[in-house]
Amino acid sequence: MVSAIGRRGFVGGAAALSAGLWLPLPGRAATAMDFDEARHLLSRTSFGATPAEIRALEAQDYAAAVDRLLAGVRREAMTPPPAWLGEGPAELRRRQQAAQAERASAERKPGVDGKPLQIARPVQEQGRELRNWWVEEMLVTDQPLTERMVLFWHNHFTSSFVKVRYPPALFRQNALFRQQALGNFATLLKAVARDPAMLIYLDGMRSVARQPNENFARELLELFTLGEGHYSEADIKQAARAFTGWTIDPESGHFMSRDQQHDDGEKTFLGQTGRFGGDEIIAILLRHPRTAETIVEKLWREFVSLRPDPAEVKRLAASFRKDYELRPLMHAILLSAQFRDPANRGALIKSPIDLIVGTVHVLGLPVPEKTQLVRMMQGLGQMPFDPPNVKGWVGGESWVSTYTLLLRQQFLRRIVEATTVAPMDGGPMKADRRSDRRQQLPGDGSAMPMVEPRPVEGRSLRHAGNEARLGPTLSGVDSATLVRTLLPRAPIDAVDTSGTPGAAAATAMLDTAYQLK
Amino acid sequence: MSRILLLVELKGGNDGLNTLIPYADPKYHELRPAIGVARERTVQLDEHVGLHEKLEPLMESWKAKDLAILQGVGYPYPNRSHFRSIEIWDTASASNQTLSEGWIAQAFQGTSLPKGAGVDSIVVDTNALPSTGPGLRTIVMQDAENFLRQAETMKDSAHLKDGGNPALRHLLAVRHEINAAAKGLSDKLRAAPTPAHAYAQDLLLGRQFDLATRVVTARVPVVAVKTALGGFDTHANQVQVHERLLAFLATSLAMLRKNLIAAELWNDVVVMTYSEFGRRAKQNASAGTDHGTAAPLFVMGGGVKGGLYGAYPSLSDLQDGDLKHTVDFRSVFATAAQGCWGLQRDFGLRQPQKLGFLP
Repeated sequence: MVSAIGRRGFVGGAAALSAGLWLPLPGRAATAMDFDEARHLLSRTSFGATPAEIRALEAQDYAAAVDRLLAGVRREAMTPPPAWLGEGPAELRRRQQAAQAERASAERKPGVDGKPLQIARPVQEQGRELRNWWVEEMLVTDQPLTERMVLFWHNHFTSSFVKVRYPPALFRQNALFRQQALGNFATLLKAVARDPAMLIYLDGMRSVARQPNENFARELLELFTLGEGHYSEADIKQAARAFTGWTIDPESGHFMSRDQQHDDGEKTFLGQTGRFGGDEIIAILLRHPRTAETIVEKLWREFVSLRPDPAEVKRLAASFRKDYELRPLMHAILLSAQFRDPANRGALIKSPIDLIVGTVHVLGLPVPEKTQLVRMMQGLGQMPFDPPNVKGWVGGESWVSTYTLLLRQQFLRRIVEATTVAPMDGGPMKADRRSDRRQQLPGDGSAMPMVEPRPVEGRSLRHAGNEARLGPTLSGVDSATLVRTLLPRAPIDAVDTSGTPGAAAATAMLDTAYQLK
Repeated sequence: MSRILLLVELKGGNDGLNTLIPYADPKYHELRPAIGVARERTVQLDEHVGLHEKLEPLMESWKAKDLAILQGVGYPYPNRSHFRSIEIWDTASASNQTLSEGWIAQAFQGTSLPKGAGVDSIVVDTNALPSTGPGLRTIVMQDAENFLRQAETMKDSAHLKDGGNPALRHLLAVRHEINAAAKGLSDKLRAAPTPAHAYAQDLLLGRQFDLATRVVTARVPVVAVKTALGGFDTHANQVQVHERLLAFLATSLAMLRKNLIAAELWNDVVVMTYSEFGRRAKQNASAGTDHGTAAPLFVMGGGVKGGLYGAYPSLSDLQDGDLKHTVDFRSVFATAAQGCWGLQRDFGLRQPQKLGFLP
């Protein structure tokens, strides 16, 4: 039987490590990974990995560990949804207009140069809560691979808050991505074509027989399935006709089909003729070999390396196309020789979300309020629910420019120099939810080393030394292991591991190699 | 010949109709009973149009004939989303085209810039898109000292090996670029004289102009500097807000001109304002205006041939309530690329309009 593993599973290990004891771990498999390979697998399938998480994995057989990672994928978020989910677009628009009117009549001068106004606008407020909700989920989830996949689909089937301006639909789209995170691509594609946020984002809701809007049809072919060069402008026009009439109910915000707005005439699409509707178009696209290749290439760039191997992509795509099941595809990718090739360790650049969520996770920082993290993500160029355009974030090398590299270093320096991570457990600060959960787990809290009942505020990580704790995720770990945990390859500048663990961790985080995963 | 292009992005969509006012057109006052600018509150430039009185500080430049005002600048099939429209401008794309490289970077494609200061373009604002692209070394900094201090914590990486890892190669190249820029800038910027006339600091633009002035007077060999003034998205009760922004813009521009004339560098700089779009011709129910289309641009500089360019869009011939553009912004960019850097570029237009503001 394959049982799921997740961050929860690591907690016992974390406690044991920090206490300097070894709890019985699953028996070391004959073909166990080493520390670096376990780290590699986790760095690509989660947001950052702590020493305990790596240790818990390294004793296992690689293939079995991959099976368990994939088996554990969630279909629903752990974080409870925001309260406004049921609000329809009409109702939200009425409230928004009321707020606008109130702002207009208010005596206060409207803000200039980004200064906030006093009266909150419900759409913006919901948008903020939505982003915070997802970042919270990324931080607390016991199955980070799920959130990695949700983020992957968010960047494939893009929709942005800026255009959609109806957060309940964006939430439901996010839930759909989680439902099918490693489910079935064919099912997901059909659902996305009917997804209200997508219908708003790419104007499908306005597409009627009399005047078909080509926006969705164009991106469906160019970005979601075939890719440029595999269809003609005429195919776009025909596909657009097939999707006419799919729209959203203005009261509920849910999908509805208006048959009288649908063009049910004959269409010729990619060489086939019939009175096609949207589902028939999608079926034709799913039979085209390019569709599977597009997805495999994109997954490769996300999980393996910046340079997909064309032969391997073709091989994986041929098998993926049989049923579009995502789990076996990911299984094959994670087991591929290329993924496991040590030369590919550290061959990807961390996205802003990787960097920020990963750092917070590895250091075990308490962050009860997520708005600051979201702002940082925005500054670094990856604001959740706001991809720059329909192509999504380009990613890869474009994550790092002279501007963002300095900002990244600034963010890390602020964490390294000015943050005491000690308040994590039992300190006066309000602990975050993950540590709340930890406290609830049996046999956990008591095993935490409680050397100092009250942490020293304002003491930096660099000067944390031996006596001060690094927080439960890193404390008790020697300098060399910390460096191997934080960096995917040898440091670029020399990292001195002879000093205190705090100093080693600080230097490693500021090393250029920390930008890699 | 090479001049520094100093861009001033007016963020949010500047209301062109209340900036350069078609005061003689009765239609104007009909469309804007509550927010229209009265004839006597305009500074008349000819028998049709006048500047908002808050722009009075620009009149010195107008009289000296080094202020060009380009009327009706926009593009076909206008997009009314802030984000998308500024992206169209910044990348000089057609309305239905998504490009990732900025127009200044495109202009320098295939040319070789002197390696001199280790930086080709400085963005004092946060949006660096116009100069984003592989051919241009762009540095974003809100504050020179802060940038230099940050950059100095990064040791040069020129000697480091990437071990055949392309991601690492990129990181090391970026690190080297930061390092080279800091090296090229630190002595110059730290030695740059304080501008002769201080800028008002009420809005961020004042600080940005201060830094821009230092970059120019320190003779940092960049091709462009970008600044921005935010707050132009005036959907409600716009009169006071908009007037305050116009006044600040005009005062700052006039001060910049004074500083660069004092430094004998006014001929080496071209200042250009732009915004993602203008605003709807008719005022809305909240005494504001919604997202529109075409609007006027200001271009200033010692080498600029002052005057009005392009035709003011007709208020009797609107399209869905919006002005029809008379000048494509890509023609403006083409003129700027030629006039500033001697580069002949068409930015995807079959035949860019010849605008004579930069001979």
